[in-house]
Parts: sequence; structure tokens; C-alpha cells
Amino acid sequence: MKADPKGVLTGAHYLDGDFSIAEGALAAGCRFFAGYPITPSTETAERFAERIPYVGGVFIQMEDEIASIAAMIGASWAGKKAMTVTSGPGFSLMMENIGLACMMETPIVIANVQRGGPSTGLPTLTGQQDMMQVRWGSHGDYEIIALSPDSPQECFNLTIEAFNLSEIYRVPAFIMTDECVGHMHEKVVIPPAEEIELVERKWYEGPKDKYLPYKPDKDLVPFMIKAGDGYRFHTTGLTHDERGYPVINAECQNICVPRLVDKIKKNADKIIKYEEDQIDNAEVVVVSYGITSRVSIKAVQEARKKGIKVGTLRLVVVWPFPEKRIHDLARKIKAFVVPEINYGQIIYEVERCAAGQAPAFHVPHCGGWVHDPDDILKVIKEAAK
Amino acid sequence: MKEHERFEEKNPMEGFLRMDRIPHIWCPGCGIGTVVSSFASALRKSEIDLNKVCVVSGIGCTGRVAGYIKLDSFHSTHGRAIPFATGLKLANPELKVVVFSGDGDIVGIGGNHFIHAARRNMDILVICVNNFNYAMTGGQVAATTPILANLSTAPFGNYEYPFSLPYLADACGATYVARWTALHLRRVTMAIQEAFQKKGFSFIEVITPCVTLYARRNRLGDGLNILKYYYENSEIQHGADTRTVDISYQGKIIVGKFVDREKPTFLSCMNEHLSKVLGDKYQRYGE
Repeated sequence: MKADPKGVLTGAHYLDGDFSIAEGALAAGCRFFAGYPITPSTETAERFAERIPYVGGVFIQMEDEIASIAAMIGASWAGKKAMTVTSGPGFSLMMENIGLACMMETPIVIANVQRGGPSTGLPTLTGQQDMMQVRWGSHGDYEIIALSPDSPQECFNLTIEAFNLSEIYRVPAFIMTDECVGHMHEKVVIPPAEEIELVERKWYEGPKDKYLPYKPDKDLVPFMIKAGDGYRFHTTGLTHDERGYPVINAECQNICVPRLVDKIKKNADKIIKYEEDQIDNAEVVVVSYGITSRVSIKAVQEARKKGIKVGTLRLVVVWPFPEKRIHDLARKIKAFVVPEINYGQIIYEVERCAAGQAPAFHVPHCGGWVHDPDDILKVIKEAAK
Repeated sequence: MKEHERFEEKNPMEGFLRMDRIPHIWCPGCGIGTVVSSFASALRKSEIDLNKVCVVSGIGCTGRVAGYIKLDSFHSTHGRAIPFATGLKLANPELKVVVFSGDGDIVGIGGNHFIHAARRNMDILVICVNNFNYAMTGGQVAATTPILANLSTAPFGNYEYPFSLPYLADACGATYVARWTALHLRRVTMAIQEAFQKKGFSFIEVITPCVTLYARRNRLGDGLNILKYYYENSEIQHGADTRTVDISYQGKIIVGKFVDREKPTFLSCMNEHLSKVLGDKYQRYGE
């Protein structure tokens, strides 16, 4: 389906990443925003609060991030597309209810404008230290989808993408950006509404008495209905059967939980997205995401000038991770270089997928600023040896 | 008489309960089922469209209510039933949203959400079953435990000041506040019916027996003994000053309707204010 023109601010704008996320959400049909102020993400909430009265919807500033995500899950079950935006400490507070959204299979979108951590860390300065938390932060086994924009334009585009993926797979989808992209102003082109393709969750349309809230379709995703439609359904964070009724035993657990993981794993090829450059003859491949992929460009250019055959792989979707691609590359190349603004997170995933076929060299940076391209260059040179 | 010819007596609550989930998990003598019965009676008498009523529970013994009531029902996380309900209500204002949960859930872990939903005058009904302890986990001290009551994490008796829930709700701006006990079945039903008619944050506290844990640990006898205690010690004082209704250990329980006031809800405030400020450009919501 096409976007509702009411929410689409068609034209060329000069926007920062945070604002672009709000515009992306409005274009994607998001009409419910519950959030709590936290630097460096607050501008998204501010923009949404300012725009939504003209579009028709709700903005509510909740009492904390826990309330924000709980309200979003409620709103999603009432049929609205819902989102919030946060950063490290608020993200940590949301973890329990991220699990609830996964267990109830509720589409919601969360943007995390990352800052340096742990704890209060660097409220105003950048980081990419929540990349593993987004994947593993809530307890139990589950899968989510996470995208990492590298520019305000991509903040807009990927927010729409996040809504679509979240609706299709009935999972929380995350926009894992960072302070740099969030506060970076660039040209953002918002296309006309009819050029924006949206996907809604699969609504159940069969007979009411036959509806089973957790009976999976072929793609392992169950059909959804919404509150107030007369189904009198039940949903719970407890392990449940197809009726949505709690069943507290190992047998039910081993049907309920594997599907939450498999619906993403088995559809991963449709979700995974990355961009490659000069990868065919590369001896060294720089794997990066978000702001770091832009910083890496300088280092890669310098390395190429020095005759090093270096290619790049930019993760647009970070989770699910492009396991097969990294595995294939590992057999062809000398080494990976993984710069990221943390002390080692996505590198572990690269190493796991490379499975010993090629070493991965990390370029760590604990946050506060982006890498010096020279630091990345040094590691590329070392990796090329 | 052949098996299939036998007259089958149907429970009058059947239409309101998920009979395929009965028997429930609550202990003999527990008061939660009584409150659920009152709720079902209120639904029947209110003649509201049941397809538009949602129940949200948190975690705990009372948290299981959502699983037994045959409405759109949500069993959310511990303490977060109120914000979950807030999202449901705001996303579809034609829903009637009821939070049905326990004292630990609503004013212990979820206390922050409780005070803010009341402050905003969110148009939801909160039914809080108060059994003075965390029962699902084995009878631990709660934010509502009267001083001196003995519980597993207050093995020498409680010495913390408890919340007085009607006072808390009143102070935060609730538009309807009542307290009854599990003995006052018809009163609870009437209170729920009355609250269904209210626009705004309505709060009903129901004091209930926890025989297995609270009563056993404090040697207060069985369910009947507790109801007898309610019978002898409850005092109806409609309109009582909520500052005076706190509960002491095995002391007097002031019950009644304490607050019934009118004020615009969150959504009507939002619509009125933004219409005034933005004029025709404002897209009125949910009307």
C-alpha cells in the first residue's frame, strides 16, 4: 500500500538524523509516539510532538522509558503503528518489555540514538556500544531486526523500512543510529507519498470462532487482529499455545520459543541488506556500519592509493547478520578489518562467521568521537601484510 | 436418566469467562475470584458492548485475571499494566480499558505509572485487589502491608509505613475512588458499574483475603475468619476524607466511595487545548 500523504512532508529539506527519523515514522504511517526525553535522541520526540497535531495521532511523553514501550505495545495491539526513540540508559530500561513485544509478537519500532556508555557515560557524545544489547539485551531466546543508518537521508529511508519489517515479521525493529548521525544536518529528500511503499501486518480475515492468535502462517508469522474487533482474544508474556493461553511446560516452550527465533532466521535472506564496494579483488575487507562506515571511506581511499586491495562491506541491516556472505568472503580474502565505536561487539560476529578462514582485525574506539581515519588505515595496512 | 439428557446447570458467569481455562489457579479462600465475579456481574448489568472492553493485567495472582476473562485481554509485564492500558486507550479511544491487578503490581513496582496515569486523568478503570502481600512468590512484604503483619521477608513483622491507596489515588487526581472488601460483593459490583460510567481515572481498591500466605503466617484463620473480620471491622463512610482511611493491622477498615469528581480526561484536554491553539489546522483525535 502507499503512504498516506497527510504524514509525508514531500520535498528537499535540510534535516538532522533525529528529525529525519520522526519524518520517516510519519511517512510510514506511525500515529502513536510514546517517549521519554534523553540526549541525544530527544529531537525525534520533539519533531513528532510538533508535527502530529497536523497529521492526526497521539504523542505522549510518558513517565519513563518502561512506560513508553509498554504504551507502544498496547497501542500496537489497538491497531496503530507505534514508535519511540531513546538512548543507552533508556534503552536498558526498555529491555524487559522488548521481550514482551517479542513474546506477544507485537510490531513496534524503537530508534536508539547511541551515546557512549556504560551507565550515564557520554550523554552528548557518540557511541556504537549497544549493538549487542539490541540483539541479546532482554532475557530468553528471541530474534529482532536492527538497521543502522549512516546519514539523515538513510534515517528517513530506514525508519520506513523498519516499520515495514516490524509489521511483516511482527517483531520489534530497531534503528540503531548514533549521536553523530542523529545530530548531523544534511539534505534529506522526502519523495511524494505515492512513491513510498508501505506494508501492514497480515490481518486475519477468517471466521471469528476459528481464529487462533498464535497459529503460524507458512512464513511462521501468525495473523494479527486488534483489540475491539470482537475476537475476545488473550495474549500473554507467559509461554503460550496457539490460542494464546499460558502453558507452563517444556513441551509448549519448545514449540513457542523456537518459532520466535526461526521466523527471523528462516526469512533472514529477505531481511539482510548490505552494501559492498570493490569487493571482487579485495584482499582486505572493511566491515562497518553507521557513522563508522563513512569515516572508513577516507581510510579505504588512502589504502587504495598505497596499492592495498581493500573492499568495503557496509551493514545496512545489522541483525539478522549476513552470516553466509561473511563466511564466503572469509574463504577468498586475507583479512577483515572491523572498526566500530565500541571495545569489541560486531567483530565477534564477523569472527564467528569467518570461522577461522580469515582473521578479523578490530579497530576499537570507546566513544566520544568517531575514529581518526589514520587509525583505521594503520590496521588495514597490518591486515594486508 | 441417560447422560445426555441430564439437565445442565450453567454458571451465569459463563459468557464472561474463558471456561476452557477453568479451573483457575487461585487457592481456596482467596478473594480474587470473588472480585472477578463482581466484575462479570457489573459487565452484565452495565449493558456495554463487550467487544469494546479490554482487560489488562500485570503479574501476580491478580495478574492472572486477564487470562480468565472472556474479553480482549492482555497479560503484560510486572507493574506495566497501566502504561499498556494507556497505549490501548489512546490508540483506540472507543475502547473501555480496565486494569485488573494486584497491590504489588499496581502500587509496588508500578507505583510510578499509577500516579502519572491518575495525574493525567487517563480514561481507564483500575481495579486493585489488595491482599497486603506478594502472594504469587510466596508471601513477601508489600507496599500495602500493615505495620506488624508478619511475612516471609518481614519475618519479625513489618515496620515500614504502608501506602493508603485511596489517599494516594485522590492526591494524584483520580476522578473516582472507592474501597470495598471481598465481603462487599454487591458494593464492588455497583462501584464497577458506576466507574464504567465515569470519564477519567477511576480507582477501586478491594481488600481481599490471602488465606494461604498472609492469613496463615499471621494465624488469622481461614477464609471465613477473614470475612468475619471484614464483617466486624468494616465501616462504610462515603465521602470520607482519604487522609483518614489508612489501614492498621487487623484494625478498622473504612470502606465506601470516597471521591467522585468530574474533570476532563487526557484526550479531551489534548483536543481542547490544541484546537484552541492551532485552530482548524489541528486534526482532532479520537472523536
